[in-house]
Amino acid sequence: MATQTDARELHAVPSEEDQAGQAYFDRIIAEDSRIEPSDWMPEAYRKTLVRQISQHAHSEIIGMQPEANFITRAPSLKRKAILMAKVQDEAGHGLYLYSAAETLGTPREELFDQLLTGRAKYSSIFNYPALTWADMGAIGWLVDGAAIVNQVPLCRASYGPYGRAMVRICKEESFHQRQGFEILLELANGTPAQKQMAQDAINRFYAPALMMFGPNDDASPNSQQSMRWNIKRFSNDELRQRFVGMIQEQVKVLGLTLPDDKIRFNEETGQWEHGELDWNEFYEVLKGRGPCNAQRMERRREAHENGAWVREAASAYAAKQAQKAQVA
Amino acid sequence: MSGESATRITPGNALRPEDIAEKVAAGTRISQDVAEYALRLGDDALILAQRLGWWISRAPEIEEDIALGNIALDLLGHARSFLTYAGSAWGKTEDDLAYWRSEPEFRSSFLVEQPNGDFAKTIARQLVFSLYQYELYSRLVNSADETLAAIAAKALKEVDYHRDHAIQWTLRLGDGTEESHRRMKSGLDSVWPYVDELFADDELIDRLAGVAVRPSELRAPFDALLAQVLDEATLQVPEVQPAMTGNRGSQHSEHLGYILAEMQVIAREHPGATW
Repeated sequence: MATQTDARELHAVPSEEDQAGQAYFDRIIAEDSRIEPSDWMPEAYRKTLVRQISQHAHSEIIGMQPEANFITRAPSLKRKAILMAKVQDEAGHGLYLYSAAETLGTPREELFDQLLTGRAKYSSIFNYPALTWADMGAIGWLVDGAAIVNQVPLCRASYGPYGRAMVRICKEESFHQRQGFEILLELANGTPAQKQMAQDAINRFYAPALMMFGPNDDASPNSQQSMRWNIKRFSNDELRQRFVGMIQEQVKVLGLTLPDDKIRFNEETGQWEHGELDWNEFYEVLKGRGPCNAQRMERRREAHENGAWVREAASAYAAKQAQKAQVA
Repeated sequence: MSGESATRITPGNALRPEDIAEKVAAGTRISQDVAEYALRLGDDALILAQRLGWWISRAPEIEEDIALGNIALDLLGHARSFLTYAGSAWGKTEDDLAYWRSEPEFRSSFLVEQPNGDFAKTIARQLVFSLYQYELYSRLVNSADETLAAIAAKALKEVDYHRDHAIQWTLRLGDGTEESHRRMKSGLDSVWPYVDELFADDELIDRLAGVAVRPSELRAPFDALLAQVLDEATLQVPEVQPAMTGNRGSQHSEHLGYILAEMQVIAREHPGATW
């Protein structure tokens, strides 16, 4: 079994080089500085990063789909332009992140393969459907909003390329969140049908957005190690509570409501509290039984397979050009 | 021509659709003929942007999701400027024109209405259209109508990139693999019947001498560059007959109805709403 081999390797007597590497790594982590691609790092750290960064990259790429779904139908040209730019940004985020993962030694092709064969995950939120124009608002405000709360601390992640990619991504995400809020604000002040559409979108995206922070702390075994490595800075529940505090204020500006009557600020703990989330649903979607899991994967696979001949053509052309250059 | 016009392009002072809308709000009114001409330019850009937007999340590489998205976004920007300007003749906004006109009122060419097909067909359509549009805009910058000239000046730099993108892909697909060569040839054959329409003159063009660019004047430089690119890509200029088209009138390809149905559906479900 692969895991046993890994375990034996990890427990083998470390070489002098590994010992020196580990000492350097420990010092960098203790100083809260940055590990760079050419630095020595523990295998488990590398694996954790590849898993997390690629999962994030896949989420950006799959996350393009529910919004791309509305590019051709956006109800004004200005909104169409903004939405196109936003979805395009997401493709860009996917690219930075795949590049960051590649610095850890795993090529993009392999990461794609992991996604397409179901070995790698992406954020479950994108397995929910985008049904109305207001969903473009709710996705921007709640989904990108939750992503920002999650990602801002990642700008300080101990792995250099990841942290630096996150700085740029967070800047663009905050523009995305604002445009989402603006869509909802316009709808909330629009016709009764528009206002109803906005409320309905919030009702559908609220709980899945809260679940984006991951399981409750007592059910999230990997979090502790990630925090020791300075990859993760705050626990899932801390971030979720922070997010609830933010959106419960913002929803007032919209004149709309969150579908949760248990939200309150606990003076004693200094934390926001919210209603119990349906974790059963979370795990069901994670296992592939969400409304759009199959559809999202099918679209991704289709794009990848339909593009194979194009990528082959580009490689063949490059090879011919290289050969010509050599002859000349 | 006055050098102080607000629409003159200077570095860092590109003309945006919002700038034109401001001018229109301040009282700019144009003739029916100029508006009709601006509609032709705007509708071609709008319909092609609508077509290209479909590729975002479906392209062969993430880099292409971004590139095709970029081109669509540029074209949408041109469309918004031209439609805003055209609308000033009738007191209409860009959105009135994009969402509330029906098929016969559009002035788009058959070429931009053609389905995306596979990546090769999309590239073939891009090659033809970007070469044509580059020649067009590079002359429109000298139009006696300063707004049209300013829109073209901003758009020209973008179309230069679209042209480069289409040429680079034509070379790769034409001189890539057997399959890509076959697909590229078939893509070119499939769009070729709709090329002539782009270069046809008519009475509107005659009436707008000095303002509009004569489409027929663009044909020779278009043919020359196209032949050069296709030759380098180991392809030939298609020997395919031209099709009868709508000649920028009220008749369109069968495809336009579906394009508009999708583009306009949400806006039309909510008459009077703002977004």
